[in-house]
Amino acid sequence: MTTEVGTETDVKKEPEKVQEVQQQTDQPDKTSDGAAPANAEEHQQGSQSAEAPTEQEESPEPRSPTPAGEQKKEKGISRFLPPWLKRQKSQSQEKESESAAANVKDEEQEEKGIKETSEDQPAEVKEVTGEKSKPEEVQVEEKDREEQKSVGSADTQPVREETEGEPDEKHKQQVNAQETPSKLTKKMKMVVCHVTLLDGSQFTCDVEKRAKGQYLFFEVCKHLNLMEKDYFSLSFKDSADQRCWLDPTKEIKRQIRNSQWQFAFSVKFYPPDPSQLTEDITRYLLCLQLRQDIASGRLPCSFVTHALLGSYALQAELGDYDTEEHRVDYIADFQFAPNQTKELEEKVVELHKSHRGMTPAQADIQFLENAKKLSMYGVDLHHAKDSDGVDIMLGVCANGLLIYKDRLRINRFAWPKILKISYKRSNFYIKIRPGETEQFESSVGFKLPNHRAAKRVWKVCVEHHTFFRLTSPEQPTKTKFLTLGSKFRYSGRTQAQTRQASTLIDRPAPYFERTSSKRISRSLDGAPVVNVAGGDSMGVGENGPTLELNSDTKVVDVEKPSVDVDTSVSEQTATHVADSAVIKSKLRVQGENIYVRHSNLMLEDPQKTSPHPENDSRDGSKSSEVIPDVNGQMEVVEVLEETVVIEEVVKAKPKSPAPEVTTEIGTAPEVKEEQSLSSDSESEDEAEYHAQTPSASFCVQQIKEEPEEEEAELNQQAPPSDAEPIRETESSAIEEESSSAQPDEGISTEEVSMTPDEASNGHVLDTEDPPATEGEEPHIVNGNVSRVETERLPQVICCSEPPVVKTEMVTISDTFAAQKTEISTKEVPIVHTETKTITYEAAQLDGNGDGEPGVLMTAQTITSESLCTTTTTHITKTLKGGLSETRIEKRIVITGDSDIDHDQALAQAIKEAKEQHPDMSVTRVVVHKETELAEDED
Amino acid sequence: MANIHPYGCFTHAIVRGIPESFGKLAEGGEGAQADLAKAQRQMGVLTGTLRQKVGLQLIEIPADAQLPESWRIEDVAVIQGDTALITRPFKQQRRSEAEAVRRVMSELNLTVVEMGDEEGGSAGATLEGSDVLFTGKEFFVGISKHTNHRGAEVLADTFKDFAVSTVPVCGGSRLKNICSMGGPDTIIISQSEGAKKTLRMMEQLTDHHYDILSVAEDVAANCVYVRSPAKVDFLLHPTAEECPDSIPVFQRLTDYTLLPTACSEAFKQGGALSSLCLLINKKLGC
Repeated sequence: MTTEVGTETDVKKEPEKVQEVQQQTDQPDKTSDGAAPANAEEHQQGSQSAEAPTEQEESPEPRSPTPAGEQKKEKGISRFLPPWLKRQKSQSQEKESESAAANVKDEEQEEKGIKETSEDQPAEVKEVTGEKSKPEEVQVEEKDREEQKSVGSADTQPVREETEGEPDEKHKQQVNAQETPSKLTKKMKMVVCHVTLLDGSQFTCDVEKRAKGQYLFFEVCKHLNLMEKDYFSLSFKDSADQRCWLDPTKEIKRQIRNSQWQFAFSVKFYPPDPSQLTEDITRYLLCLQLRQDIASGRLPCSFVTHALLGSYALQAELGDYDTEEHRVDYIADFQFAPNQTKELEEKVVELHKSHRGMTPAQADIQFLENAKKLSMYGVDLHHAKDSDGVDIMLGVCANGLLIYKDRLRINRFAWPKILKISYKRSNFYIKIRPGETEQFESSVGFKLPNHRAAKRVWKVCVEHHTFFRLTSPEQPTKTKFLTLGSKFRYSGRTQAQTRQASTLIDRPAPYFERTSSKRISRSLDGAPVVNVAGGDSMGVGENGPTLELNSDTKVVDVEKPSVDVDTSVSEQTATHVADSAVIKSKLRVQGENIYVRHSNLMLEDPQKTSPHPENDSRDGSKSSEVIPDVNGQMEVVEVLEETVVIEEVVKAKPKSPAPEVTTEIGTAPEVKEEQSLSSDSESEDEAEYHAQTPSASFCVQQIKEEPEEEEAELNQQAPPSDAEPIRETESSAIEEESSSAQPDEGISTEEVSMTPDEASNGHVLDTEDPPATEGEEPHIVNGNVSRVETERLPQVICCSEPPVVKTEMVTISDTFAAQKTEISTKEVPIVHTETKTITYEAAQLDGNGDGEPGVLMTAQTITSESLCTTTTTHITKTLKGGLSETRIEKRIVITGDSDIDHDQALAQAIKEAKEQHPDMSVTRVVVHKETELAEDED
Repeated sequence: MANIHPYGCFTHAIVRGIPESFGKLAEGGEGAQADLAKAQRQMGVLTGTLRQKVGLQLIEIPADAQLPESWRIEDVAVIQGDTALITRPFKQQRRSEAEAVRRVMSELNLTVVEMGDEEGGSAGATLEGSDVLFTGKEFFVGISKHTNHRGAEVLADTFKDFAVSTVPVCGGSRLKNICSMGGPDTIIISQSEGAKKTLRMMEQLTDHHYDILSVAEDVAANCVYVRSPAKVDFLLHPTAEECPDSIPVFQRLTDYTLLPTACSEAFKQGGALSSLCLLINKKLGC
């Protein structure tokens, strides 16, 4: 995290300062106030004041200790009203503070849950309650721990995982930073984690029982004084004694299950060129890892290489060979090879003598320069069988996937050749781009020993592909209601990003002790580095999180002074809503019930922090759409754009096309937890990953057949709500865009427009890639892909300034056919989805769209959720030439039964948007309405 | 690694004289019609070139009439760095050819690795050096009539630093009949369909980039490249008589010193230029 500090301060120094100040002022407030109103809330209040007096009245409410009552009240209201944005906000405030205030009121919450569920569907109370109360518990706990404040990030985390894959690193860090001080709050269950470090020593660390992997990882990195930490990770042994990587974004406890809290710190991504690492300490750790790999035989090498590498290790650890000091057995403590012979030791000593004068850092470099050439360097091997049942090994590495039979390489699939990676049960598949002479894509399947192994190799592939091949992690698609399989995506930085970040490391080479030599590490120029770094790096370590803590409100602060519109942005930002996925799944289960949810704040800034997987691909695409905009003026103009998407989902029947529903209903509580909290649950049987080219940040997640096991469950568990077989999903989307410019050609533009960003990172683009990728997303209508598989809005109609309809296209599409093919293999009642999308599109300023794309400066996603709506606001800031543009895209999903007056909701949403951003013009409104009908209804 | 250098740095060459039984098969019987005198002449030219033009130290193992195919010395050992793997040729009768070679290796202080007992872990493994293309960065082992997967595995176990990829040998009886190294990053390969297929597989399997020098005649696909300590690139290739269409291709290598060397007799017997010598680098660094 410390490396990020550098980046961030560079990018925006001012905001941070402002923020810090603000934070300080906020702090006392919070601590004194038991209910701990959120920082964001304060912003909200401030910014809202101008605009929404009623809200101000409401804002005190959150502090009142009668959450249950409030919630009930809201529920009552919102049940009958379309989701006003204001309403949402206030609700969210209430919710949030409620959860904060409620502290340990589990009972109350449960009661609440019951009340909610029982209103309409008493029969399902239990399941729903379980599911619902769980996320809330988490929230409460986190609240306690943090004594509140950056709020959204913490609150949404457990939930976000479900919808969005991986929360952003920064948020994590915030949480982590906050966790620390309040760790001791009562009711916190602490667990002692033992981490085996690369030098064999043990690091012990107390972590809160529900802490995420990242917390522990950062603690370890802090302990090690490591800044270039993206190459490393923590691993643990699962019950089958298989090494598993600890997902930083998920709770440790959920990952290790019943295993020990015992971890190993190790290299996950072996840098192909270690000389490009910035710090000696990073290289040292990599050396330690490689020495381990070599000694264990994981990295095979010849006698000569064993001897040479061993001699460099000796030089690094012991310094120059000393005839006095170094007797024959001075190397007895070192292991250079799996089977170390006297002969080898002699050779090592002989070579050691020849390294006289080499500093430890130089010796490490020499070690790495030789080790990196080994053919198995950085290759992660997995046992598998090919389609003929022959034992093979899958080797995942920086360049792609290698197939070995015994020690022989029998095939190799470089990342550019791979279109898609997926797994299903214990099978692992890759789809291969057709060669020059071939016409069709081919798929290669491998059989792994079990489902977990298949998933493990899939994950490792996804991670390696992202880390080494992409310049920035792709954004997982935000799945709406058709969700299958893991949405797992690599959430960390890519190699390109970490290299970028490393260039900003500005600290004296840190002092570190080599295990046996205790010699002071020297930087390459030989200048001894004394303890300066000790305190310094501590400072960095502590600073990092603190600074990032502010990132939540940072943007808000910056923008507030500049433009009025921005205040409303911040206001939205401040809105704190729970995640949509939870609501959705609940709705699925509950049929037509509408639930009041907590509001959470999520403000993210992918550009400044590391990868931002939680932005769904739509966000990515939207933001990139902005890039090509040109205002044609020489001055710097801020253009704000906003998009409102309203989606209404009405569900009468718990059977949804998404199999996860079935699991939610039918499986054991544990599984339920996984489903609701993490998209990456072990219960998933399959997942796909579309390998992206570096130039396309656009990804499609396909839905595959539902595993039969789950079908059975579904049938079995068909809930009693069959009485209402009609399933309706209606959604409307409003997009407002600045009339000044915006390209309308959706995805193709989007894909291309990411290019400059990446090109600026110096990443080489593979020109062969895009066609095939595009081929994956066939129908492009006004920037939206009409494809059920992609879980995008099937049809979109666009218009310009909302009330003024310039263009109108109404399409009613029946996506049933598509769905049918998707689900056909399961013997489950098929659900029809009727999709109606209306787009009102403003007259476009032609010529702007194909303008040169700019550089994406910032992008944030705010998700808020209330009663029956989910609002996702994406704020994208791009820099093009000298012009800075801000675009706001708002997506509102209304989920509910057919009682909702969609027109009114739409009108209101547009009105809200205009009110909030008077300076901006609404450029596009997309209404997407989806109705689902159970097949038996037809 | 200690022993990874660009391909082509050699200091020594081992050759074996053409026996009077040249043209006969190891297992008995006659091979293609042979002109012993011409074969010996051609061998003389080759050794002279290696010694005087290229400047290698030449070790010549005397011919043994009992071993009619022993002149194909490349088959009996695979040498990389200071490790020599004594192979197990497909023909049982050829296995005794290795004895003399083994002695020379030891004299040169190479680490000699055997393929192991017939009955042991490597039972059934066969490997011939002319199915092995070492590029300086990795090994390609042609799976052919003479070399099987087990043999390739032994090779992989011997040279652990390197990736060892197996490729099918199409359009020739041995991998080196259709391709050879023409420089540190250059592969010379025949234009035949089979060779192209093998090449595609090699390209699929490699992590590295190679320049491809495509030659019209099969015979031209086997050359001997040596980079002398003076950094001069030498390429021994068949003469214009043997491969008229490929000569212009070689001539495009303007930085090279081209050394046309006849090998028509060896070629008739299924051999090639590279079959006639084992190249060794005894000097660290290049």
